Amino acid sequence: MAKYNLKINGKTREVDVDAGTPILWVLRDHLNLVGTKYGCGIAQCGACTIHLNGIAMRSCMLPVSSVGNQEITTIEGLSENADHPVQEAWLEHDVAQCGYCQGGQIMTAAALLKNNPNPSDEDIEATMSGNICRCGTYLRIKEAIKTAAAK
Amino acid sequence: MKTKKKSLDRRSFLKSSALAGGGLMLTFNWFTQAKAAEAMGESLAETWHELTGYIKITPDNVIKILNPNPEFGQNVMTSLPMMVAEELEVDFEKVVVEMGPHDNAKLGPQFTGGSNSVRMYYNILRQAGATARQMLTEAAAQTWGVSADQVIASNGMLTSGNRKATYGEMASKAASMTAPKDVQLKSPSEFKVIRTAQKNVEGKKVVTGKPLFGLDYQAEGMKIAMILHPPAFGMTLKSFDASQALRMPGIKDVFSFKLFDEDFAMAGFDVRTFNEQIAIVGDSTWQVMNARKKIRAEWTERGDARETRMGRGGSQTVTIPGKLESTNYHFDEMEEGRKTAKVQRRDGDPETAFKNAAVVIEKTYNAPFLAHNCMEPMNGFADVREDSAIIAGPHQAPGWIEPTLSKVLGIAPDKIEMISTRMGGGFGRRAYGQYYVEAALISKQAKVPVKLVYSREDDMSYGIYRPMYTATYRAALDENKNLIAFHVSGGGIPESPIHANRFPAGALDNYLAESWEVPSNITIGAFRAPRSNFNAAAEQSFLDEVAEAMGKDPIQMRLDLLKRAKENPVGSNNDYDADRYAGVLELVREKSGWGKPENNGKRRGVAAYFCHNSYAAHVVDMIERDGEPYVEQVTSALDCGIVINPEGAANMVQGAVTDGIGQSFYGTMTFNNGVTDHKNFDTYRMIRHNESPKKIDVHFVENDIAPTGLGEPPFPPVFGAVANALYKTTGKRYYNQPFMNAEQPESI
Repeated sequence: MAKYNLKINGKTREVDVDAGTPILWVLRDHLNLVGTKYGCGIAQCGACTIHLNGIAMRSCMLPVSSVGNQEITTIEGLSENADHPVQEAWLEHDVAQCGYCQGGQIMTAAALLKNNPNPSDEDIEATMSGNICRCGTYLRIKEAIKTAAAK
Repeated sequence: MKTKKKSLDRRSFLKSSALAGGGLMLTFNWFTQAKAAEAMGESLAETWHELTGYIKITPDNVIKILNPNPEFGQNVMTSLPMMVAEELEVDFEKVVVEMGPHDNAKLGPQFTGGSNSVRMYYNILRQAGATARQMLTEAAAQTWGVSADQVIASNGMLTSGNRKATYGEMASKAASMTAPKDVQLKSPSEFKVIRTAQKNVEGKKVVTGKPLFGLDYQAEGMKIAMILHPPAFGMTLKSFDASQALRMPGIKDVFSFKLFDEDFAMAGFDVRTFNEQIAIVGDSTWQVMNARKKIRAEWTERGDARETRMGRGGSQTVTIPGKLESTNYHFDEMEEGRKTAKVQRRDGDPETAFKNAAVVIEKTYNAPFLAHNCMEPMNGFADVREDSAIIAGPHQAPGWIEPTLSKVLGIAPDKIEMISTRMGGGFGRRAYGQYYVEAALISKQAKVPVKLVYSREDDMSYGIYRPMYTATYRAALDENKNLIAFHVSGGGIPESPIHANRFPAGALDNYLAESWEVPSNITIGAFRAPRSNFNAAAEQSFLDEVAEAMGKDPIQMRLDLLKRAKENPVGSNNDYDADRYAGVLELVREKSGWGKPENNGKRRGVAAYFCHNSYAAHVVDMIERDGEPYVEQVTSALDCGIVINPEGAANMVQGAVTDGIGQSFYGTMTFNNGVTDHKNFDTYRMIRHNESPKKIDVHFVENDIAPTGLGEPPFPPVFGAVANALYKTTGKRYYNQPFMNAEQPESI
């Protein structure tokens, strides 16, 4: 066990965990930030996507010891009041079915638009294809990303 | 409406969780929609006047509607309360929606499955709304000394001439009155809420990552538990050494436990696939995951096992074979099973018709086991005390597993509190509650509240799979290419897919349906539109081939058969309504521009199917992209009766279409000596963004038929439409699923 000071959603949080603990479980089990989801544990489904210094990252295979000073943003910290353009577009298109994967989808989409404000269909597909939605909301996700990009 | 603003911060979340763990259910910030949470404010401290089991109103007119049914993405949190709001005469946007407690006596059947939620609650919830409205109206009438018909209830307000009161002001009096026996319900033409597009009431909570799901559930003193189950179907625990695991940080307990006694009479949704397992209990998920790897367990072949199952007419004991099964063995067994086929329905003289036929077409279709792969792996919270228990988590039918929990724990059902969280998908998988039984037994033995967490690997390798199916279809044509006989012989491991009384039964003078089953120890269960999800693939693909042989347009060929089934049906027990079936075919033909010159160059497939009381048809447009078939666009037509929420309904159909493309293209679970060949998404292929269609147009037949269900019906015919589009795209018929990596026969 070791102590880590993590920058999460603009605050410094201290945790005492094993060095190999993935950020996913640090968030969920130690900091009660459960918006970041466990889906596969092997970076194949994207449900655990967070931002590390603004870049979309799978947190399920990211050991706490590797994060250092980098800024972590989770779905809870994406906006103050669900008013990030991507979140708003998600509500406008009524994207969610079960909703479990959507936090990860939103985090991947938000990072995409930050780097590429006007993505093509191909850009969207290439970036989003790491995020599985078992309910099959891909069409609405694509539409929502285009709406968010237009804002 | 008076609002008291208080944001629901993490502290209050923890507070409520702690209370939940202590036995008091305080769920409002867990299960209440975000948009109304502020309106709720500190209303907890206020008085809620209850009108029927579904409606609660405060004196300051906060109106709360309880959703009775577990939510797994079908959006019942929105559509069911809409039905209450319709008759209650309130603005749906201002209503607070909350997940109701598990209380069958008060809130009805409370299960999610069989496309039943809207269908079974349509009358119940409208009546609840109308009853409450009538009580409020009567309360106002008595207060003002006027007759009830002089009081108008609208938009949460009661008025009579110059007199005005909010529902809240009359709620106390109304709640003390006897509920009227008969209430007048609106006719569909009067609907103001039903048939309007409403956004998901939990949308804001979803996009902000609020704790909603079973895996998010927390309680004071809660530990994390995982199971270690046998590595193969047909194996059981022999012995284990946990000494190393117990030395790992954060680990509290490791022990083995049994789910059921040998003679336990199992209910329909009980599962004893792995009746003895090892439990690992610790402080955090990561610690438990790591400690689990250190357990040295020895497993052994279980041999044949006996299961006692409760059923109609008493319990029955069956033998579950002990063999370690492989997929090749399954194919061989199917060939053997065929020989045991039993007739399910025979009309006319099919044997003679086939003998005299000018042309006989015979094709065999295969489909593999499928894993549900809900995005949220199975999990469940249990706090089992001496004589009471709290069980919380994602389950489609808490009332079905509660009696089992009661028997296993020796605790009366009324001492077991069942709490429904939102489910991260269900698709039938969460109708089976063995993960609750496991969590409860672990909590009981470890004497702590535990949240049992399945890893993805547990979820995929300890599944309740869609069965493996096969069916051989034969059609007899006369010399004029008329279809004169139809024969289906189908079987499955371990259950048959055959619905003998479905289309085209009823449309043909000579018809034969046969069925067989092959026993297996692979656990199977409901998977979105059970059996139908195979039948529609096989039968609708076969009909396409028959239409081609008859020289007919595939839609017209089906419509001709349905015309016969309507005007002069064969037999009297045909399951489907030929008019509604034809209706979706006609609608999809119109909306897709089927047969129009501008669509001549398109490679399209069509299919339609009836299941779960509703009708669906799809036209799939396929292209080749980078040498691979790709479904670019889909046009869908549905008849599910009255559509409660067109927004949510369209979303669900689009999801079913996407799901159907994915499952038919890629879905498969194979076995090697009882071990699943796939354990995670690295090898179990799921449809992804780049493989999903660019457009899915959804159209509903407009009618005033009471809702007949929508979660499942759109799913099965996708498989058939995809197969038929593949033929147009590649020139090859696809008989074996998954279409993208199963071998297809060369000749057609």
